[in-house]
Amino acid sequence: MTEITLNVNGESKTLKDVDPEMPLLWALRDELNLVGTKYGCGIAQCGACTVHFEGSPVRSCSLPVSAAAGKNITTVEGLAKDEQLNALQQAWVDMDVPQCGYCQAGQLMSATALLEKNSNPSDDDIDTAMAGNICRCGTYVRIRAAIKQAAKAKRGGAA
Amino acid sequence: MSKQSTNTININRRKFLGGGSALVLGFTVGCKQEASQSAAVTPIENVSAEVASGASMPLQSSTFNAWLSISNNGTATILASNPEIGQGVKTALPMIVAEELDFPWEKVIVKQAPVDPVVYERQVAGGSYSVRSLWDPLRQAGATARAMLVKAAADGWGINVDDCAASNGMVSNSITGDSLDYGTLAGKAAKLPVPEIESLTLKATADYGLLGQRISGVDNQAIVTGQPLFGIDTTLDNLHYATYSSCPNIGGTIVNTNLEHIKKLKGVVQAFIVKGKGGYSELRDGVAIVANSTWATISAKKQLEIEWDTTDASTDDWSAMRDQAEQLATAGGGEVLHNDGDADAALAAAKTKVSATYSYPFVSHAPLEPQNCTVRIADGKVDIWAPTQVPARAMKSAAEMFDLDPASITVHQIRAGGGFGRRLYNDYFLEAVAIALEAKVPVKLTWTREDDMAHDYYRPGGTHGLQAGIDNQGKLTAWKNHYVTYSEDGKEAVRWGAYMESTFPRQLVENYQINQTLQLQTIPTGAWRAPISCAFGFVINGFINEVSTAAGIDHRDFMLELLAQDDEIPSIFGDAFVPARARETIIEVCKRAGWGKQQADNRGLGLAFYFSHNAYVAEVADVEVLAGNKIKLHKVYAVTDVGPIVNMSMAENICQGGIIDGISTMARLELDAKAGAVIESNFDQYQMLRMPEAPEIDAHFLQTDNVPSGLGEPTLPPIAGAVVNAIYAASGKRVRELPLSRAGFTLA
Repeated sequence: MTEITLNVNGESKTLKDVDPEMPLLWALRDELNLVGTKYGCGIAQCGACTVHFEGSPVRSCSLPVSAAAGKNITTVEGLAKDEQLNALQQAWVDMDVPQCGYCQAGQLMSATALLEKNSNPSDDDIDTAMAGNICRCGTYVRIRAAIKQAAKAKRGGAA
Repeated sequence: MSKQSTNTININRRKFLGGGSALVLGFTVGCKQEASQSAAVTPIENVSAEVASGASMPLQSSTFNAWLSISNNGTATILASNPEIGQGVKTALPMIVAEELDFPWEKVIVKQAPVDPVVYERQVAGGSYSVRSLWDPLRQAGATARAMLVKAAADGWGINVDDCAASNGMVSNSITGDSLDYGTLAGKAAKLPVPEIESLTLKATADYGLLGQRISGVDNQAIVTGQPLFGIDTTLDNLHYATYSSCPNIGGTIVNTNLEHIKKLKGVVQAFIVKGKGGYSELRDGVAIVANSTWATISAKKQLEIEWDTTDASTDDWSAMRDQAEQLATAGGGEVLHNDGDADAALAAAKTKVSATYSYPFVSHAPLEPQNCTVRIADGKVDIWAPTQVPARAMKSAAEMFDLDPASITVHQIRAGGGFGRRLYNDYFLEAVAIALEAKVPVKLTWTREDDMAHDYYRPGGTHGLQAGIDNQGKLTAWKNHYVTYSEDGKEAVRWGAYMESTFPRQLVENYQINQTLQLQTIPTGAWRAPISCAFGFVINGFINEVSTAAGIDHRDFMLELLAQDDEIPSIFGDAFVPARARETIIEVCKRAGWGKQQADNRGLGLAFYFSHNAYVAEVADVEVLAGNKIKLHKVYAVTDVGPIVNMSMAENICQGGIIDGISTMARLELDAKAGAVIESNFDQYQMLRMPEAPEIDAHFLQTDNVPSGLGEPTLPPIAGAVVNAIYAASGKRVRELPLSRAGFTLA
């Protein structure tokens, strides 16, 4: 057991007496009470646990918390700044993307990472970036549309 | 907790409670008045009522109670009574109240109703039945409050109610032009007699302002910011975490286990054996591990060694049974379930005969949020947080199984991360209660995905040996189906494996015979999204397409001819099946899809129709079959008649979701079992559809005045038939067994 310090959503968090093998997912949920990141499969297949690790989307169910020591982690709770939703969160609400909503934190983390790299993604870009996230309810059609709307909003409404 | 009712109906009886400033109306059924009054405390506390009235009125032929309160701060609080599992009822049900109340949606506060089997009769997410069953009571709830508010305003102005108009949360005086908002009127309105239902004027469909609009789900803000919403997010003081391990060979019992080793592991607080109760589909024998984090439970579970006695466990071998079913279905025999006319004679006399065998596999529900349940037992009270489709039934089961006073149990309704029928069964709920009773600390039980795949109530597979006869006019004159399904006892079909009496196209074909043969199978089965229909929609639409092809008749025309009669046909879903409504959906979907136009090489349209849950759904798939049996799903068109749409946004969303679910399931989902244990254990072996494979979907709804019915299930059943028919149109390859991967098809 070890003491591990992470930077989560811009705040330094120290976990005391934590199993270094504990996946980041469970450290976030059970130790830091950040429950927005979800458990779906535990084997990096469904993407519900997606967080940003130094800016890149990773599956937190399969990343030992020790590997995140000293790293910058962003979770769905950290997407909004000063209570202002990011463009994707806003598009998700405006276009009523969720059905059950359980996968959507992971979907938003993957989509946010995509738009940070690519401000005008094509359908293929979107499909590729989002292929790691399962939506059991089947909101894929809306997710695609919301990513496009958010990309447009982020670009300042330009087509 | 609720009190038992002792009073008879007293329409105008009201009970006033002190504090705050609000009108609270409680609507309840018949003799349940006392219960309604005690439960009225919940919303009143939430809105600081000054004047509150728990008013009772009879809602004939209703099974529901609704609660609505109006605060003097200009908001209305509407309680959603049924579980939200992603089907959108937490938004849709309050919309119905707000429409008749004539209240601005942005000022509505939606809260989940408490679970109370006495006050609320059907707090169930199942059967696509929430909107269908609550449509009248909720409209009456809103209209009653509106009528009382209007009366309060009219009395104040000293004018007739006919000289008042209610709109957008305001009552206006058409003589003077004055207006008052509902919040101002609420206190006075609460003191008025509750009007008779017969005196209420409900809106005509054409006058809806809110219903039919696109309204974003009430929890969306919390979802996109990751707020605690789901059962698995429950946190409590001194919360402990639990895992449960039961026999992979369903029905196995515990002989021995290495508890002493497990108890020494880091983070583990307790470990113990739980003896099964109530049959292996309720509380199975298992080992509970209680620890200080979820990860500690999962880590310890990996070191758990259990010696099982499988003497009485299932021995199911699903792939062998499927092979055997194929032979049985074509061999004839079986119990005759339905025998209209004389199918054998009509077959003998037919100009053309068609026969084929269709089959589909066992599948899992796999909701993305694994089963979980949090239980706190303290001070003689049991509090339970669980994603369940049947909170009241779960509560009753727990009370009976563990001999608890039902009045001591509170089940907190909480958003479920998908249901699809899985959470109609309460095994995980009972396990969590058993663990909490033994551990004597608050516990959150979380199943691993592997637990979830191994212990589902699976959609049963099935095999159909079909025969049809066509006369020299191309008319379908004979229909025979030898259905091979499963049975635990050799007498009754397994749960959701029995042939549905009203299955399409019964009573549309003069000579119609259904035989059924049972194979022994003991792994529990259950309702899977549109049970029976989800599989039969594929079989029947695929086979009818073989019949229309053999008859040399365009499939659309053949379907319309099959559905040409005007007589209604009784259905197990409650409402009669109206062929004219089916025809309308088929005509419209074909129009939207460009049916009849020349298609490019290797590209084709497939049409299917199915009636389930009182919904009429026609779908066309536009499919291209590429080299190597790769299938490109270009687009799916769906036309649905479920009467007026409550929330157009969720209607479109869930229609698309049902179609995606159907495609996902038909593409490559199949479970196998050996020695009574399911083999596939996680999503690497059970590969659901992903975004690159998802087609564009045109979800269209006919605007009709029919009684509204629900949408959680009925858009799924037609899609597999539409896709296989399109594959045939594109390639001439007939798919008769699912998943598509069995015949080497993959999605592009």
